[in-house]
Amino acid sequence: MDLVNHLQIEEHLRDCRSCSIVYENQKALKSAMATDSLYFHALPNLQNRIRQTLRVSDRETSRPGGKWLWRLVPALAAVAVIVVIVLLLIWPGPTKDELLANDMVSAHIRSMMADHLTDVPSSDQHTVKPWFDGKLDFAPPVVDLAADGFPLVGGRLDYAGSRPVAALVYQRRRHVINLFVYPATDTSDSGSKLSVHQGYNLIHWTKSGMTFWAVSDLNLKELQEFAQDIQN
Amino acid sequence: MLPHLDAAYNLARWLTRDTADADDVVQEAFLRAFKFFDGFHGGNARAWILKIVRNTCYSWLQENRGHEIAAEFDEEQHSVVAHDTEAVLIENIDAQILKRLLDELPLEFREVIILRELEGMSYKEIAGVSNLPLGTVMSRLARARARLHTGLISCLKGELN
Repeated sequence: MDLVNHLQIEEHLRDCRSCSIVYENQKALKSAMATDSLYFHALPNLQNRIRQTLRVSDRETSRPGGKWLWRLVPALAAVAVIVVIVLLLIWPGPTKDELLANDMVSAHIRSMMADHLTDVPSSDQHTVKPWFDGKLDFAPPVVDLAADGFPLVGGRLDYAGSRPVAALVYQRRRHVINLFVYPATDTSDSGSKLSVHQGYNLIHWTKSGMTFWAVSDLNLKELQEFAQDIQN
Repeated sequence: MLPHLDAAYNLARWLTRDTADADDVVQEAFLRAFKFFDGFHGGNARAWILKIVRNTCYSWLQENRGHEIAAEFDEEQHSVVAHDTEAVLIENIDAQILKRLLDELPLEFREVIILRELEGMSYKEIAGVSNLPLGTVMSRLARARARLHTGLISCLKGELN
């Protein structure tokens, strides 16, 4: 409202009684309504109530990620179950060689436990080799390695890898070496494979249609020497 | 302290005319305000909150007391009152009587007069809060005042008689 208008209105209010009464009444009403008794103030507990609901709705809405994750739980569980089943199906389990190695170590330990290391105690390869005749369906190669520091102690029949095997017993110092020999299923020659089972060293190879397992508590280096000497 | 809680509560109380209902409406309105806070682009926070309170009141009234706003307000029917003002000066207005008269005002009148006289809002702000054209706000305000005036005078006469 500009100044001219304002002055005109003031002038009119001075002259016109009915308008001035309306104006005065409006002023009276305004001041009457300005009293605090007409203004309703919120009680403190309303504020607490609102804060509480805001917190709850905040928890519900502002973390959609959390909610979303919870919904994923059954799906994740299902995936986990499927993964486990698939792993069990495709898990190769212990390989054939591992099973055999266990068998060889068991035979080695048994041979020393039962005080039954040799059936034919002899350092003479020409005594040991013929002894297997008629006891096995194969003739294991027997060599004496006394010259290389691995004297032949004797021979023994044993059962390992689900078949009868020839066990040739050698010695280095006080360490016993069991050399298990049986016809190979896969007759192609293979290089030496080293492994350790229960603290025993194992060397495994195939040569000339025979499978060899050398088992001993001898250190690996000397056992490798032994295997080398046998293969030559 | 929640912003403009008193203003929100005051408006809700005057529109619902019940303190407990005002509590519920204000709580609902603040939840809405919180949820739609993205819709607030700065500016007048009080007007924004009051607009939400006003809309929440209207939907609450629609749901719980449909009859109060079901009857579409007829401007013509009420327009007579505006010209009826007797040329009598009113003085010493009793707050309790005024409160009763305000509660008896139709919702549409009550709304604008509360925002104007209790919240001290400008016509433009009231138009924004109540979603009405400026002219309608002004005419409703004038009619609300005239009604209050008439009510006050009849109260004075009643006392004198």
